[in-house]
Amino acid sequence: MATHEFAAQESHAHAAPQGFVRKWVFSLDHKVIGLQYYFLALAAVLVGMFLSLLMRIHLIWPTLALPLLGDIKPETYLTLVTMHGTIMVFFVLTTAPQGGFGNYFLPIQIGAPDMAFPVLNMLSFWTTLLGFIVMIAAFFVAGGAPLHGWTGYAPLSAMQSTGPGEGLGADLWIISIAIFCIGALMGALNFITTTLDMRAKGMTMMRLPLTVWAWFVTAILGLLAFGVLLSAGILLLMDRNLGTSFFVPLVTINGQLTGHKGGSPLLWQHLFWFFGHPEVYIAILPAMGMCSQLLSVFSRKPIFGYKAMVYAILGIGFLGFMVWGHHMFMSGMSPYTAFAFSIMTMGIGVPSAIKTFNWLGTLMRGRIRFTSPMLFAIGFVSLFVSGGISGPFLAQPVLDIQLHDTYFVPAHFHLIMGVASIFGIFAATYYWFPKMFGRMMSESMARWHFWFSFIGTYAIFMPMHYLGMAGMPRRYSQLTEVTYLHGLIPLQKFITYAAFVTIAGQLIFLVNLFWSMFKGKQASDNPWEATTLEWTTATPPPHDNFGGHTPVVHNGPYEYNVPGAPRDYVMQSDPEIGPAH
Amino acid sequence: MASFSTTATVEDPRISLGDGGILPPIRGGGGDDSGPGLPDYATRLRRARLGLLVALTPVLMLFVSFTSAYIVRQGLPTLDPRTNTLVHDWIPVTLPKLLLINTGVLILSSVFIELARRQIKDQAALRPITAHPRVSVGEQMRIPWLSMTLVLGLTFLLGQWTAWRQLAANGFYVATTPSSSFVYLLTGAHAIHLMGGVLALFVAGIASLLRRSAATRSIVVDLTAWYWHFMAALWIYILCLLEFAS
Repeated sequence: MATHEFAAQESHAHAAPQGFVRKWVFSLDHKVIGLQYYFLALAAVLVGMFLSLLMRIHLIWPTLALPLLGDIKPETYLTLVTMHGTIMVFFVLTTAPQGGFGNYFLPIQIGAPDMAFPVLNMLSFWTTLLGFIVMIAAFFVAGGAPLHGWTGYAPLSAMQSTGPGEGLGADLWIISIAIFCIGALMGALNFITTTLDMRAKGMTMMRLPLTVWAWFVTAILGLLAFGVLLSAGILLLMDRNLGTSFFVPLVTINGQLTGHKGGSPLLWQHLFWFFGHPEVYIAILPAMGMCSQLLSVFSRKPIFGYKAMVYAILGIGFLGFMVWGHHMFMSGMSPYTAFAFSIMTMGIGVPSAIKTFNWLGTLMRGRIRFTSPMLFAIGFVSLFVSGGISGPFLAQPVLDIQLHDTYFVPAHFHLIMGVASIFGIFAATYYWFPKMFGRMMSESMARWHFWFSFIGTYAIFMPMHYLGMAGMPRRYSQLTEVTYLHGLIPLQKFITYAAFVTIAGQLIFLVNLFWSMFKGKQASDNPWEATTLEWTTATPPPHDNFGGHTPVVHNGPYEYNVPGAPRDYVMQSDPEIGPAH
Repeated sequence: MASFSTTATVEDPRISLGDGGILPPIRGGGGDDSGPGLPDYATRLRRARLGLLVALTPVLMLFVSFTSAYIVRQGLPTLDPRTNTLVHDWIPVTLPKLLLINTGVLILSSVFIELARRQIKDQAALRPITAHPRVSVGEQMRIPWLSMTLVLGLTFLLGQWTAWRQLAANGFYVATTPSSSFVYLLTGAHAIHLMGGVLALFVAGIASLLRRSAATRSIVVDLTAWYWHFMAALWIYILCLLEFAS
């Protein structure tokens, strides 16, 4: 067993709490807060998944009355679309990878006892939870939840009388997102300060695990993007409730002038997508970091091109702010502007390709261990490539105009942003579960879960590309009576059946998760023989992470198969092995 | 009995932006406030300042976003249903002169809080010396700069409220014209943020009443002061935008 070097006892900003409430509810411990975020995201994904199931059922059996819910009217369908998208993007894809795993493991991976500002960290979680409660409350107010889509396009979203759900429900939707933004900003503040100022001795920026780099850059993206979304939300609330006209032009509803004039719906789109596109990377970057980590661990090889991976993360983060206009090619923007956005969008393929090739390079000639986290990491790469390859199609204005309002777009973004990110969350869950709960998850159940999810995902979303290319428009609640789309109904039915099976497969995950917490096999401190600092400490980690010590770092994060080393991995806190090989 | 000058030089802790190859600072160590569970003063101050710098970024982005909306909305024509032609509905708002007085009040408060920051920083620096029972640094006049800043801050907010009342009296409400919408939006958003600064001043006062250590009070006041300066600069920017880009 290697000897890890520790610095003098590290001070911790708060003592270990006593009592259930201080320990598990209003906890200042980043690990507990990470778990709170994780389970919040789990609750949110169940809601979001249920809504998608209702959509799929309605699409192929539009007249079917569902138990408790009855008929799904067209406006109800739009509500399902809106709330599914919003809940999934904000409370799942942003919350679990960053708030959940980032909170739990960033401080440990850099050798810190906690986040820089523990109280702010706690507030960040409770603010996010409040946002979720307000979002769910929108279902239960008069008129129900809004129907303007997760993008909240004005003027539909900017007036109270545009449809059911656009009254109090839409106000709650905006307020919920504003609350979420504040919570996310508090979280980002902690992530950035902690990474810059609380690294252990020897943990230089170029020794950070790629997970930390991903969480760090994601936090910067959030810092720059959520403020803009917040501003747009404030303007939208003013248009809706104070009679201003930031986003509403001169319009009539049912032949009546609304009193608004001169506002610009496109201004909303610009502000929203200035946030919205970086949000894609906020969802996917942490998954990229986790995937990089896992591919190296389970290939028993250093990550291929560590520095290139770091620069690619930075490049993706930077370019992510330059491409928002590609969501607006349909808006009639100048062809020159569209051309600039198109070039930038295709340019983002370069760092993405660097990452992909480096993942493949890491796998090449590795002594691969096909564990369940590894399967999901490989699945992530597969989905990222499959979803990414349709990106250059949509990046070209002339093609986007044809494809934009069809099923091609949901197929694209679900693969690359939605399910790929979810695969990152699954991979991270199977990988870090032993550290978090001290027990192993069932490997056989995990494998069943993987194959259900992997095959199911492709079965759902690959056919959607064909639906889109064949001209089936998205967002419509009922297309079964449209003559020219009759030939596509069997494909729609196939997608719904595939969704049933895939969702059923997720029950395996839920059973495995909760069963393993209590009945799983006891985990050792380093069951995967990994190198980063979380595996040097006890399982689960003590309150101050390292039991009164601070690790001293001598090595990079991916020192596997090191020539001359007594075993095939060298931990970050092991004695120095010389220049990176 | 020994006597010391009240002027002491303390090295200003720099914000760490450690890059590759540079080792991050080693934490721990002593200080006049390094009780159980707390890093030393310099580390706490550096970390808090870094946190503030990061926290100000989204505030900046919020106002950059408002500015962008302001410029875009200003140039947009609207359809006049009576003539069926495109017209501009941007009617510049004549800003109340009171805003200039408010600006002066805010700048003066910024000066006062800077003096408060320096005063308490000196106290924190001398704390290890003055804590010694056989050492005295002599009496000096304690001017309540923080309280004076608080009074001026509240005066500014009251002045902004009065300016809103004057705008309304002149017929400019939130939805009267797009320009008046922005006047209320920008001044209101700034006022809400300044209230955060006022709250921080209360916290600093409470820290003093609760006999928190000099180091803790120094950090609270230091952060509040930088935040306050930022708010003053932001207000000058907003005023220029509303006055010269209308």
